[in-house]
Amino acid sequence: MIATLTVEERQRAIAVSAFLALCGVIMAIAGRDDLLGTHGVIVLLFGLGGIGLVLSKYFEPEPPQERLSHYYDDPTKVGIVLSLGWAVVGMFFGVWVAALLAWPDLTFDAAWASFGRLRPVHTSGVIFGFGGNALIATSFHVLQRTSRARLPDQFSPWFVLLGYNLFCVLAASGYLMGLTQSKEYAEPEWYADIWLVVVWVVYFLIYIRTLQRRKEPHIYVANWYYMAFILVVAVLHIVNNLAVPVSFGHAKSYSLFSGVQDAMTQWWYGHNAVAFFLTAGFLGMLYYYLPKRAGRPIFSYRLSIISFWGITFMYMWAGSHHLHYTALPQWVQTLGMTFSVVLLVPSWASAGNALATLNGAWDKVRDDATLRFMMVAAVFYGLSTFEGSFMAIRAVNSLSHYTDWTVGHVHAGALGWVAMITFGSLYALVPWMWKVERMYSPKLIEVHFWLALAGTIIYVFAMWNSGIIQGLMWRTYNDSGTLAYSFIDSLVAMHPYYISRTIGGLLFLIGAIVAAYNVWMTIRMARSQAAGTAEADRPVLHGAGAALQPGE
Amino acid sequence: MADATRDPVTGRMTTGHEWNGIEELDTPIPRVVLFFLATTTLFAVIYWLLMPAWPLGWTYTKGLLGIDQREVVAQQVRDAAAERAAWTARVADASFADIAADPALMRHVRDTGRTLFTDNCAVCHGTEGKGGPGFPNLAAGSWLWGGSPEAIAETIRAGINGTAKDTRTSQMMGFGRDGVLQREQVLAVVAYVRSLSGQKLTEAGQARLAAGKEVFAANCVACHGEDGKGQQDLGAPDLTDAHWIYGGDEQSVFNSVQNGRQGHMPSWEGRLSPTDIKLLALYVGTLAGGAK
Repeated sequence: MIATLTVEERQRAIAVSAFLALCGVIMAIAGRDDLLGTHGVIVLLFGLGGIGLVLSKYFEPEPPQERLSHYYDDPTKVGIVLSLGWAVVGMFFGVWVAALLAWPDLTFDAAWASFGRLRPVHTSGVIFGFGGNALIATSFHVLQRTSRARLPDQFSPWFVLLGYNLFCVLAASGYLMGLTQSKEYAEPEWYADIWLVVVWVVYFLIYIRTLQRRKEPHIYVANWYYMAFILVVAVLHIVNNLAVPVSFGHAKSYSLFSGVQDAMTQWWYGHNAVAFFLTAGFLGMLYYYLPKRAGRPIFSYRLSIISFWGITFMYMWAGSHHLHYTALPQWVQTLGMTFSVVLLVPSWASAGNALATLNGAWDKVRDDATLRFMMVAAVFYGLSTFEGSFMAIRAVNSLSHYTDWTVGHVHAGALGWVAMITFGSLYALVPWMWKVERMYSPKLIEVHFWLALAGTIIYVFAMWNSGIIQGLMWRTYNDSGTLAYSFIDSLVAMHPYYISRTIGGLLFLIGAIVAAYNVWMTIRMARSQAAGTAEADRPVLHGAGAALQPGE
Repeated sequence: MADATRDPVTGRMTTGHEWNGIEELDTPIPRVVLFFLATTTLFAVIYWLLMPAWPLGWTYTKGLLGIDQREVVAQQVRDAAAERAAWTARVADASFADIAADPALMRHVRDTGRTLFTDNCAVCHGTEGKGGPGFPNLAAGSWLWGGSPEAIAETIRAGINGTAKDTRTSQMMGFGRDGVLQREQVLAVVAYVRSLSGQKLTEAGQARLAAGKEVFAANCVACHGEDGKGQQDLGAPDLTDAHWIYGGDEQSVFNSVQNGRQGHMPSWEGRLSPTDIKLLALYVGTLAGGAK
């Protein structure tokens, strides 16, 4: 890791780590009477860890100039491991909160173990920890391969990957201590948000700098999506988190928005987080690993174009469908609903483009669980985008809103689409990264596939049932013209579904553990076999290597 | 850049682009995609024309149908209330006795009262009104403040040690904690109180009975009455029946005498309509098998 940094980059790494440690000290002192102080200590330790890491290898020889004729994959490798680590942690917390809903006493009377604190650990753990790390790792890989250019330097990818994980740690530890902005999927407080902006800008610059130096005339579709993901998430994150801290010594802050404007900003953010984090980013993954694994050309370039622009344009309007029948003016709801309906077309066009790409490779889908993961992901992408557009229709939403149907919908997308495409892509990527012929155990991939599929189906069906029963019970009137059921009646009716949901989630978690084990064993297997880089898997050099990395 | 070639599986030409082995076919956009794009867009445009849709500075396009979600809800609420008024008006106007004597009306009371009760009261008193530790059993017929519908309605309206100005107030002192009674006296009165409901006492308890009776007469009768049957105008519980709010075992009764008790029930006036309170009072009466 450190050995691949030039001396100048090692110095830069020490400087940045020292600055981070200083920030930690300031936070710890200014926030000594507040939870901000605890986070200051975490930041300080992180900075000191960075310094220690660099110093331990500081005097190793510089990497040879020859490195420039290889892609820089070390950050991708670490990103894969971090992603799987977060997957197991995040899904474990998911199963825990699912169990809490069925057996509410599992909090052990501890504040940190209450549902309100554990739930964001689950959502942030899986979305940002598992999903985000997988996106960063795969984006670095795809970017280099489809540009035929090495990353612009050796330091900034590490800054992005590790800085991003610092954000994840601050987020999760903050939730357990009770720190939250109470904005769904944007819970971390102001200082963590500012840090993420810095990390994200560097991430964007890596992308731009590499694309600038690409040796291909066109930018591949996957990169359009990764770019949209990085750019729009930056915009969403900054706007939704505009807030004024109580003081620089306090973790607490107040949002710049209030009332219905706050709600609208939050769901503009929330829905576009689904669009640009959980959809665009993972479509980038799909567009590289699926055709690569299937060995088939993309079904239609033209379809890719209208899908991309359809998705990016239409999603921006759809957020208000989270606020149907609320204080939000009706015209905003109308726009959210109608754009959500049109959005179905580019969404299905993307799913269709992916599935039609498999024409001529369906025998591989049958035999290869890795490709089957990606195929099922495309199917679930189609299913959940249909469901999403359907639920955005006001009349449907009046039944589905505030019920478990929403939870089922999210998990059809999160388990069926996001997690499946990630696992499929990682199973394809890991052997390439560690330069082995295949994963440690293809059988375990098969086991994981069926665990994941069974878990998803059990989960989603349980929540469909539970949600629709809830929605119907809440709107059923008796002969007297008053409500036939109380809230507790609906809660009792949900109990069996909450138990099934926990079982479904548990199966999915076991699958993730199997994946982590399989990847770990593949890495161990790779250590015992030395192998060189395949000749084809290299960036294109033009003249001197120095031209590749200006400034070195 | 690779040259465009023909894909043997589909017979389509590629675009000639290639990225690390990935190629793209030049397949035209399928007609069905364009068709659905046109249909959904048409749907959107028609919907915009009919409903409130686009902002225009300080106002917005109101839509040809002239529908406003607030008016729709207000109208639905009015309609539903008018429909229910067929029987709610009678509940509001009639006396408790008249309502209880009308089986058709009591059917509405039971239907609606159950939902009202489970949504508002069951959190403490349980879905069947059987209470729990610290929360009175409403199905037992052992009333703190009276079991007539009028008394129950008043308890619901004003609450007990609640926030209403005229809330019902009641408190049992911490006789042991505040030093009014010595430990031995507390133990004695606990034994005596438990004997009132015919509970089996230990030998030590038996030995304290006489002393306990004296302590009781000197300290407890003001509220609980000489016979220990309580007083409903003070909210003092009957100690002779089998029902206990805080438990009738030796330790629980000891805790009550030692530390005192002050239960709390919110004042529901302003949170529930007078008709809803009336409905609930009648419904709670049915839990105990008829108002007493």
